[in-house]
Amino acid sequence: MSAARDGILAKIRAANPGPAVAVTPGPIPARGRGEAAELRQRFYGGLDAAGAGHATVTGWAEVAGEIERFLRALGAAGPVVASLDPMLDPCGLDRVEGLRRGVPDAGDAVSVTGTVAGIAETGTLMVRSGPDIANAAHFLTDTHVAVVDAARIVGAYEDAFALLRAGGAPMPRNVTLITGPSRSSDIERILQIGVHGPRTLHVVVCDAGPAP
Amino acid sequence: MQADSARFPDNVAAARRDATLLGALDRLQRDARAGRVETVARLPEFEALRDAARDIRNGALANLAANLERFEANVVANGGAVHWCRDAAEACEAVARICREAGAKTVAKGKSMVTEEIGLNAALAGAGFDTVETDLGEYVLQLRDETPSHIVIPAIHLTKDQFAETFRGAHGDLPADRSLEEARQITDEARCALRDVFLRADVGITGANFLIAETGSVAIVTNEGNGDLAQSLPRTHIAVTGIEKAVGTVEEALTLIRVLARSATGQEISAYTTFATGAKREDDAAGPENFHVVLVDNGRSDLLAGPKREILRCIRCGACQTVCPVYGAVGGHAYGAVYAGPVGSVLTPALAGLEKSKHLPEASSFCGACEAVCPVRIPLPRLLRMWREDAFQAHLGPKVMRWGLFAWSALTAWPWAYRTAGGIGGRMLRLMAMGRGRLTRLPFAGKWTGGRDLPVPEGGTFVGKWHGRRGR
Amino acid sequence: MEAAQERPAVGLFATCLVDLFRPSVGFAAARLLERAGYRVEVPRAQSCCGQPSYNSGDRKAARRGARRAVAAFETFERVVVPSGSCAAMFVRHFPDLLADDPEWAGKARSLAGRTYELVDFLARVAGWRPDAARPPSGSVTYHDSCSGLRELGIREQPRALLAASGGPELREMEGSDICCGFGGTFCVKYPAISEAMADRKIDSIEATGADAVVGGDLGCLLHIEGRLSRRGSAVGARHVAELLDAGEG
Repeated sequence: MSAARDGILAKIRAANPGPAVAVTPGPIPARGRGEAAELRQRFYGGLDAAGAGHATVTGWAEVAGEIERFLRALGAAGPVVASLDPMLDPCGLDRVEGLRRGVPDAGDAVSVTGTVAGIAETGTLMVRSGPDIANAAHFLTDTHVAVVDAARIVGAYEDAFALLRAGGAPMPRNVTLITGPSRSSDIERILQIGVHGPRTLHVVVCDAGPAP
Repeated sequence: MQADSARFPDNVAAARRDATLLGALDRLQRDARAGRVETVARLPEFEALRDAARDIRNGALANLAANLERFEANVVANGGAVHWCRDAAEACEAVARICREAGAKTVAKGKSMVTEEIGLNAALAGAGFDTVETDLGEYVLQLRDETPSHIVIPAIHLTKDQFAETFRGAHGDLPADRSLEEARQITDEARCALRDVFLRADVGITGANFLIAETGSVAIVTNEGNGDLAQSLPRTHIAVTGIEKAVGTVEEALTLIRVLARSATGQEISAYTTFATGAKREDDAAGPENFHVVLVDNGRSDLLAGPKREILRCIRCGACQTVCPVYGAVGGHAYGAVYAGPVGSVLTPALAGLEKSKHLPEASSFCGACEAVCPVRIPLPRLLRMWREDAFQAHLGPKVMRWGLFAWSALTAWPWAYRTAGGIGGRMLRLMAMGRGRLTRLPFAGKWTGGRDLPVPEGGTFVGKWHGRRGR
Repeated sequence: MEAAQERPAVGLFATCLVDLFRPSVGFAAARLLERAGYRVEVPRAQSCCGQPSYNSGDRKAARRGARRAVAAFETFERVVVPSGSCAAMFVRHFPDLLADDPEWAGKARSLAGRTYELVDFLARVAGWRPDAARPPSGSVTYHDSCSGLRELGIREQPRALLAASGGPELREMEGSDICCGFGGTFCVKYPAISEAMADRKIDSIEATGADAVVGGDLGCLLHIEGRLSRRGSAVGARHVAELLDAGEG
């Protein structure tokens, strides 16, 4: 294969005889900038537009109660699995019936994860993989509950990546920007929610200052 | 790549008889027009982002060798491997070898145009792997042994009933009397069938929307979530993609992401945008243990060296197809190529040879709607015209057209002769029309009068009359 | 806008279709320019701008056509063309075609900067508006021809002039900016596609209930008119210059 590698690179270099070119990323849209309160409102608006539900609680200990309320209202039945993300530790998840912490399997109905950030620009969540979270496995469940720290609602995608990579932290194996539930318009362009990923995405924003 | 473009005129005739197809295309184009107006209105910076996206892609192509080397180094540093492939055969072989080494039986595939381009599914089937497409549209196409007719809406040519009928044939283990009336029911059935594929697959194959040099990440954009499952659940993840996809930084990719979904589907951003970097880390809770990137050249480095290199800016949003009135009149399959529409009419001659695909660059009215929506501002009509120039040089067009043009061009070189001949011609047409304003048939002009009347000239020429009347 | 007292002579490039098929459009264009205060000259040395060759890949012939047109018009301070598509050849494509021709490159660039599509010129450069409000007479719908729209940015200009003329009611069609399927030689190379595109356009035209479709490019109009006539439609097709001229004097 190294002949192929050398051959391809040589052809590319021959096609590009000039020096390296400086590249600048594009402008950050105005909707990705603003005061915290403004960004939060825009984040909620983006969630609405993307078909994700949301609720706000004012203390970490209240997160579990909101999840219970939401699951009852949804009529969700079946096992609930929450990631080992330390962000979820103070949420009192033990009280949620049928909930366990760990890696999801095919039988799980609901998954609960933390998030790296909420992104106001488009009502987007940033979720990562790691020792504490199996990221994509959480997309197997019918319902995904994502917990967002209000202090980590940022304006633009770039801001979320800055949080993720703060202090030179390496990229996790998976980083996913999630905007609303899974969808497809492949059949006659009729919008269907919930194809392979979750049909329901519910965001619990905790506005209680940073997690302890 | 299998190009059936030589049969373009026959394909067009067949498409024009397919009322179902024409209805679907009409709805697509109507919706997309309205959707784009709304999307653009919601983002005042959209045009500035298009400029930036163009510049980022130009920079990425200018720095391509360095970007690819840096990308490779970072993939390797994160426990992955990069495979360089000069053509489709090398790429298919590389993927098959990885699958063999993984001891794979089942392969789950995310949507990827490059794998269509290299004919990967056939190659894997030949090598004995059970390969399953997991994008809803691609899945039904695979079951029907058809190819995608649009880059982002691959089964746009199929009706709900055709989906249902195909599923009835394929999912024989389900009750025959189940209802598949609703798109929801069809979607649920696919979700259920493919869930099993994700869970049992040994290898997941995806494409890549962007490769990020600074991190060694593969960025994949999907709405269904199948790309995420395919690249995370199986033990081995292979990303197959064109060499032109490499950009420098995450931030560059984010600018491109801002224009991608807006151009493709009118969404602000697709439901899932995932950056996959290397293999599962040692202490990660889950993830693929093996990560491979198969880089496919397949004519791209030749394009890069030539005058049509701007086509390599393409980020495969499909907007040029969706807006193109020719695509809207004939659909994607008529092009007889993997990539249909304006972008395909530029790419196909490069990938399959101009002789086999000579119709494609000609089959454009040069209306420019494609260029007007292209998120990276590819001058598609200009690139199509370059192919026409190549075809003209190579004498690929019909002789009668060539002679007609030659005669016209020779005549117009002598304005007096042109005007005299034009005046005589006009008089003849008026005689033939016998006082009516139009001709319904005209020898040697059947290409016009087959479907259109020919309005008859008023008589005389403007320049002649002007100078006659004004006495100059 | 140009000051009224220093208006230069305008060279009118009629286009081959107007020259050979519809001289009346050329006269209408000339009258409009004269009313806007310009003296009009029509060089005899003009014929075709070379677009058929250019779009068919015959670059050599296209360059010959470009040189001929540049030579015929180089003495004019202003060149006006009653067609967006031919004007775009002057404005956009001649400089490109002759870029590596040392004798002609500069002339082509210079001419490109002095050449205008008719309605754009009347509305923007001349600052002309139709004199008298006419009594409303029927209705029209406006087809945006592709080259004028996308290569020269002509969209509001004809609508502004039609509105100011007070004449026919303007009824916008859905997708006025979608190609009618003419496309020069395209319409005879792929008639089935071209006719399908015309049908889609005509469906939109007919849905407005307008008496006529109006546009700025005779090629598109002859194509639409031919298809309208074949479909037995009562809708007419008219060049915008004729319509603006009809309401004057």
